[in-house]
Amino acid sequence: MAETKSKKKTTRRTTTRKQPVYIVDGARTPQLKAQNKPGPFNAAALAVSCTRPLLARQPFEPDELDEVIVGCVMPGPDEANIARILGLRTGVGIHVPAFTVQRNCASGMQALDSAAKDIRLGQADLVLAGGVEAMSHAPVLFNETMVTWLGAWMGAKTFGQRMKVLGQLRPGHFKPIIALLRGLTDPVVGLSMGQTAENLAYRFNISRTEMDAFAVRSHQRLGEAQEAGYLEEIEAMYDTRGNVYLHDDGLRKDSSIEKLAKLRPVFDKPFGKVTAGNSAQITDGAAMLILASEKAVEKHDLKVMGVMKDSNWAGLEPAQMGLGPVHATTPMLKRNRLGLDDIDYWEINEAFAGQVLACLKAWEDPDYCKQELKLRSAFGSIDQQRLNVDGGGVSLGHPVGASGARIVLHLLHVLERNKAKRGVATLCIGGGQGGAVLVERMEG
Amino acid sequence: MSENNYKHWKPEEDQDGIVWLHLDQADTSTNVLSYEVLGEFEQLLEVYTNQPPRGLIILSDKSSGFIAGADVKEFGHFESEDEAKQTIERGHRIMNQLENLRCPTVAVLKGFTLGGGLELALACKYRVADRDYSTKLGLPEVKLGIHPGFGGTVRLIERVGILKAMDMMLTGRNISASAAKRMGLLAYSVPERHLLEAARNTVLKPPKPKPLPWWLKLLNNKQLRPLLAKMFVKQVSKRVSRNHYPAPFALIELWCRHYGNRERMLREEATSVARLITGHTAQNLVRVFLLQEQLKSLGRMNDYAPKHVHVIGGGVMGGDIAIWCALQGFNVTIQDQKHETLAKVLKRAYKLYKRRLKRPLRITEALDRLTPDMAGNGLVKADIVVEAIFEDATVKRELYKTIEPKLKADAIIATNTSSIPLEELCDVLEDQGRLVGLHFFNPVAKMPLVEIVCGKATSDDARNRASAFTKKISRLPLPVISSPGFLVNRVLMPYLMEAVELAREGVPLKIIDDEATAFGMPMGPIELADTVGLDICLKVAENLGQHMGMDVPELLKQKVEQKLLGKKTGQGFYRFEKGKAVKPAPDKHYTPHADIQDRLIMRMLNEITACLRDGVVESEDLADAGVIFGTGFAPFRGGPVHYIHERGAEQLIKLQEKLASRYGDRFKLDEGWNRFISPDQDN
Repeated sequence: MAETKSKKKTTRRTTTRKQPVYIVDGARTPQLKAQNKPGPFNAAALAVSCTRPLLARQPFEPDELDEVIVGCVMPGPDEANIARILGLRTGVGIHVPAFTVQRNCASGMQALDSAAKDIRLGQADLVLAGGVEAMSHAPVLFNETMVTWLGAWMGAKTFGQRMKVLGQLRPGHFKPIIALLRGLTDPVVGLSMGQTAENLAYRFNISRTEMDAFAVRSHQRLGEAQEAGYLEEIEAMYDTRGNVYLHDDGLRKDSSIEKLAKLRPVFDKPFGKVTAGNSAQITDGAAMLILASEKAVEKHDLKVMGVMKDSNWAGLEPAQMGLGPVHATTPMLKRNRLGLDDIDYWEINEAFAGQVLACLKAWEDPDYCKQELKLRSAFGSIDQQRLNVDGGGVSLGHPVGASGARIVLHLLHVLERNKAKRGVATLCIGGGQGGAVLVERMEG
Repeated sequence: MSENNYKHWKPEEDQDGIVWLHLDQADTSTNVLSYEVLGEFEQLLEVYTNQPPRGLIILSDKSSGFIAGADVKEFGHFESEDEAKQTIERGHRIMNQLENLRCPTVAVLKGFTLGGGLELALACKYRVADRDYSTKLGLPEVKLGIHPGFGGTVRLIERVGILKAMDMMLTGRNISASAAKRMGLLAYSVPERHLLEAARNTVLKPPKPKPLPWWLKLLNNKQLRPLLAKMFVKQVSKRVSRNHYPAPFALIELWCRHYGNRERMLREEATSVARLITGHTAQNLVRVFLLQEQLKSLGRMNDYAPKHVHVIGGGVMGGDIAIWCALQGFNVTIQDQKHETLAKVLKRAYKLYKRRLKRPLRITEALDRLTPDMAGNGLVKADIVVEAIFEDATVKRELYKTIEPKLKADAIIATNTSSIPLEELCDVLEDQGRLVGLHFFNPVAKMPLVEIVCGKATSDDARNRASAFTKKISRLPLPVISSPGFLVNRVLMPYLMEAVELAREGVPLKIIDDEATAFGMPMGPIELADTVGLDICLKVAENLGQHMGMDVPELLKQKVEQKLLGKKTGQGFYRFEKGKAVKPAPDKHYTPHADIQDRLIMRMLNEITACLRDGVVESEDLADAGVIFGTGFAPFRGGPVHYIHERGAEQLIKLQEKLASRYGDRFKLDEGWNRFISPDQDN
């Protein structure tokens, strides 16, 4: 009877105000650096591998979830709607719907946002959401001349026709399209992501040494975090050859400014500043979270990690895409009447060391803030002791579909560890966008 | 529609004039060709012979499959070879009548189609099958000590050629629908949704029969048959001996001598099966089959539906149990303190699944059911917790204490201990009744038996659940009491120790093993000890020795001290090359003592007698079942207790006393032997 009463109350509330969104748990795989060949796990296997232990430790049964949402930029040919594959393979069951979202580098964050929206509207109570990317498995494709030739070959019926078609085959037909490289190139302005980072370095006058120092610090912080056992969201991954994967393997403990200084620029030869050493690594990984409504938290007596207070998306010039965090975060903080100082911890995804530094400089630059953000003066500074405290994309990699979910999850762990309250996770998005999420840790 | 006068068959005529003949045997879940079922079938065929329908389609209404074979229970009832022959000839008559119907005949195969069931299908002009992997076709008669006896030998060879036919009949293995299609056994292999349409279509537009390729026909040539037969005999002899298992040899001879003349070969097939079926081997193998059914029935508990198994301990046993349970469809979490151990479990799982399941999607499905769980999250949701950590009562007790509060109220704890009495473990539990032993044998994927060990506190419910679970993972449950060694190890150990003693006396190892295999054991005791691992043998033997005063040979201790542990280290009693024991040939001048076999076997028989006296198992039948399925004890002998009855207890007692006078106390006659001589003892 008490139950029916509370049920009624909830229904009424649905129509009157938005439901709070709680993040109750999450897990991720170790992130494995691509080694010039497909890695040991494809995208579905990555997602399954961190979701199984995550679901196993929940007090509810997997089929009590209301939906599964996964962000993924480039699923494999056998992984169409990878969210559904994940649901079916982890025992969530046939009756729970699932969909996959794609917002390039923010796909994982988009999944969380989509889940949060459904919960806010009262349309879902318990959602499994996150992101995955197996960048080392990105396909290599036939080019269009080859596809046209194959069509002609299929159409050739007689021996004579076939010989004729065969005679038209040229070495150029075999030049492959490497989907990964295409994916990391802006399809509208034609710049590679690295070149957009070069743009920012030029605009904000960021030196190669600054970038390399940032990269070294990223590795140092990840190294310290690994030693201290701060990356507790990682679940071990096992392959079928008897190997176990426990840590992000992109870490270079011996990284130093001197060593990084020796690397050549990758994207703008020979004068560029962006190198493989100060860019995010090409990596495979997955991060999955469980989001819940108040009703679900009460029903299953769930322990809450934090509240997903707000989120925001913004668009900007594709050639400046690295500044996406600035554009996404500023309006979100403004509408919550918060300044940069009110945020206890930050996760700004490290697509490029120079790109993160450019974001900090943009907020400190009165001209930029006035012209681009329509503020009256500079928005402020971020204390770098509170930024990416356990490393980031440069040291542990940036599996594009997964990172957006990973930084939110890790941010919650950082808040918990420091008994802090507020955090922002934000990232830049290829194509000229930014995404940001504001979370608050629950006290007690 | 006329009313149906048949108890087991249901004929239905459709608008095309095709008769769909459904077999739905009354009072059972599986169709078998019992005397009654065949009788009705004969009546029906009489009708169709006189008034042939447009076509006859035979199908099963059971979910388990088409027809699982002849009724094995009827095999035991033949009083004489003549009576058996009459029954078989009746079957022949019916199959011939089916074959000679003047209309297209189609058998619709789905699920199990075995033995007589497949022979009936072979007597039809066409067969169509559901291509699902659950469809299994086979002629497993040889496993019961006979060969196909309803004309199957002739018809299968005609249909698929001698090589494939002999492979199926000599090994008794099942084949899939797709394999059957490839060898020309089926007109169609289709998904279930098209199965009936395929059958109908086969009647309306009968496909042209495809003749065998010329070279397969050539192999049946009179001049070639003896050569090929020799090759078959050679192959079979590698696996079994003619004295113990005459059936495969009889089958080869049947083909070799009579193939060209169809009628004579059919006649001779009946004679041969009648001779085999009344022989010792077949009668004992039928007994073993029925024992197996008896064990299966112990696991019947309809309302128990466990889903989640949590295994603690990822070593050889724990890992393999987890792997097996996931293969059998359970959700499994496997807990261990080391990531590396869990990684090894996954590797082994992949290896087994790849071999068993073949198709990548099914392998992934099985692997997804097996979750490595270092944190032990699975405990909370588990219906069954299997504990397979190392053999230390204190550690086990500590573990039980910590896990019990987390368990579901009705979850059972199953320990895989092979040596610790449950009474020493259960008192730390709030609910002592939930602890039961599930003693698996190594390797789990190959050993069909699981001892269900009940301590004094074990509840009936836990015992029943453990048995039901065992059946659900396709293993055979054998309830035993919690006494040292339970049944299987207790019977096996004296036999192995005697073998070690013989080795110490200087008897060449190969001779010891050969004596045992000559008796019918699947593997000699020395090789077995090496395969199991000498350290494990020593541990079990010492444990048993402590409780029952059995001496553990020094030689075994020495081997373990020298780290010569057997197959796993590459050297035990034997040296192992590529996983195979290298057995040096004994000196030609060595003449072994005549009592080697007696010494080995009598220690086993004396111990089984002691087990019966102690009430380790409930009946002689269960004792036989346990020893056969747990150790591979010569199945054609029907089990050790059965063997005692067959050889005669008085004679064996005399033998035992003689051995005792020669070799001392370890051959001391157990008091239990009384049960075999005093007439008022029941089973």
